Amino acid sequence: MVQPLLALRGVSKHFAAVQALVDVELEIRAGEVVALVGDNAAGKSTLIKVISGVGPPDKGVIEWEGRPVYIKRPQDARVLGIATVYQDLAMCGNLDVVANLYLGREIQRFGILDEVEMERRTRELLQTLPIRIPDVRAPLATLSGGQRQVVAITRSFLSEPRLLLLDEPTASLGLQQTNQLLDLIEELRDRGAGVLLISHNMGDIKAVADRVAVLRLGRNNGLFNVNTTPQEQIIASITGAADNSAPHHPTSPEEAWP
Amino acid sequence: MAVRGWWTGRGIRARADAGPATGRRRDGRQWFTGRLGAHADTVRHRLRKGQLGPAPALLALAVIWTVFQSLNNNFLSPRNLSVLSVDIVGTGMIAVGVVFVLLIGEIDLSVGALAGLSGALFAALSVNHGMPEWLAVIIAVICGAAAGAVQGFVFTNTGVPAFVVTLAGLLTWNGLMLYLLGPESSIDFSEDGLVAQLTGRYFGSAVAAYGLAALGTAAYLLVSYHDRRRRTAAGMPYRPTGEIWARTTLLAVAAFATVYVLRRFEGLPLALLIFLAVIIASDLLLRRTPYGRQVLALGGGAEAAQRAGVGVARVRISVFLVSGTLAAVGGLFVASRLTSATQVPGAGMLLINAIAAAVIGGTSLFGGRGSTWSALLGVLIIQSIASGMALLGVESATQFMITGGVLLVAVVSDSVARHAAEPRGRA
Repeated sequence: MVQPLLALRGVSKHFAAVQALVDVELEIRAGEVVALVGDNAAGKSTLIKVISGVGPPDKGVIEWEGRPVYIKRPQDARVLGIATVYQDLAMCGNLDVVANLYLGREIQRFGILDEVEMERRTRELLQTLPIRIPDVRAPLATLSGGQRQVVAITRSFLSEPRLLLLDEPTASLGLQQTNQLLDLIEELRDRGAGVLLISHNMGDIKAVADRVAVLRLGRNNGLFNVNTTPQEQIIASITGAADNSAPHHPTSPEEAWP
Repeated sequence: MAVRGWWTGRGIRARADAGPATGRRRDGRQWFTGRLGAHADTVRHRLRKGQLGPAPALLALAVIWTVFQSLNNNFLSPRNLSVLSVDIVGTGMIAVGVVFVLLIGEIDLSVGALAGLSGALFAALSVNHGMPEWLAVIIAVICGAAAGAVQGFVFTNTGVPAFVVTLAGLLTWNGLMLYLLGPESSIDFSEDGLVAQLTGRYFGSAVAAYGLAALGTAAYLLVSYHDRRRRTAAGMPYRPTGEIWARTTLLAVAAFATVYVLRRFEGLPLALLIFLAVIIASDLLLRRTPYGRQVLALGGGAEAAQRAGVGVARVRISVFLVSGTLAAVGGLFVASRLTSATQVPGAGMLLINAIAAAVIGGTSLFGGRGSTWSALLGVLIIQSIASGMALLGVESATQFMITGGVLLVAVVSDSVARHAAEPRGRA
């Protein structure tokens, strides 16, 4: 059996008295898109932060290609090849587009920033997008929500990630841009990367995801094949009408995948 | 880091179809005006978004100089300008350090006290303990750096707001300074020593002075052209030749005029040269190195910087270290001007002037926006007001009120610019 790219085993995390995640299990294989859905406060964003190193788990094991790894800092995740688009985008409004794209991985020549090379690559990347960025040297705060979203997504693609985490990436995108993003996700998957996509939009999920993992109140509440599961069943799991919480001792990892 | 991304692949194909390269060659003139138009668009876009840069501060300085010159002919005399150019250095050095702290969105209230401590430490070591001056200078600066780093460490590791930590620092360093100065509350040192020479030495040689101005201008021109060549090679928009020459000419006029005026009194002051060197070096550090990028990123959003892999704690401590170091250096210049370490610098005006200078010069109080050149501009404005008022014989009460008004205008315009830069509607 091929090892999953990333596996979470019994991951728990709490903030003060709130249990945000309880014994969460999740597997993402190379070349597949897993959608992560759940109601508000289900722990989706917390889970993303666990994987991206922003908020390490209290308990549980993260496995990368079968080996346990410790992702304690964002740098650790980056070294593994994990890129993240956060829901709040997490970018510096005072820095320009180029600086934001290359923040933390600046191109240097003799210890000096190579602005020309960074700007050249940025223009090359952005040229392909239908959304127009008036000035790649404009501070990010002067761009519209959609434009900033595009910059955030571009940044995550820049490092050619092996695992891409997307937290509500289509929230401020128009229809055409959303479709383009979904195309990109598929291309990335076809190149053998894994994708974890948080979305409220069932249409997007149907279009691009292979499996749907449901979180409810910080616990697993079902794992479905997108193509064979009726949408009503998934929604029932999200709202709690159906209780599919996985048994605490799964008999075999394969059994968890319907 | 390869950028053979998904979007890139498409881009190369798309551009090949459009074939802008051939278009350029076909109609060079149209392409050139198109480029100029695009450049003007960019400038307009930036102006609309409230990125005025140093323009308001320069305008204020021009107004202040015009007003004082019209009230008193001696204001723009070589003598007065020469004195002004040395007087600004002590406060200006401290203001450069303050810019670093303001850039990450924090404040350092201890800089005035640290400057006083540095002068007192130098005087106590060299005069009272017979230490060589160079060694006393090094120890004073290292102590400033250490004090800044300690404050940064406490701020970073306890979560106590920086203004409280540095307020505690202010009291502590001020107390230490008073202890070092002893019951006399001042220590005079040699007028021929190293520190006294910092503000007492002038270079009169015409060749050296004009050569320096020419060298600076040439360096700017070379860097601009090099940048332009690389941008052209990469097929990116670049500054039009006219703009490069216009900027270089402006710089040359400013440099040669400064040298000309200063040489008509005593020559180029060593203090001013050191100050300019510190500003240029710190500006390059902030704008052109990964470290500087991290400082600015922290000012733009600590959370975002941390997620991008910036060592937030390390940068924070380093910024307070820089601030403490430059406060100590500035303190030595202040002491040098008086050839005496006194408790005057610790009295508070130094702190207020240094922070006011950074803000008046255009560095944002809200973090993330500014440059060390604002320290020069701001301190020039403040000292010009002080000097002009002194010439007119106006009492210091009025002088404070006017400086206060200028500071208020600067802070308000900073706040307005910040709102202008924020996006409207949904975030």
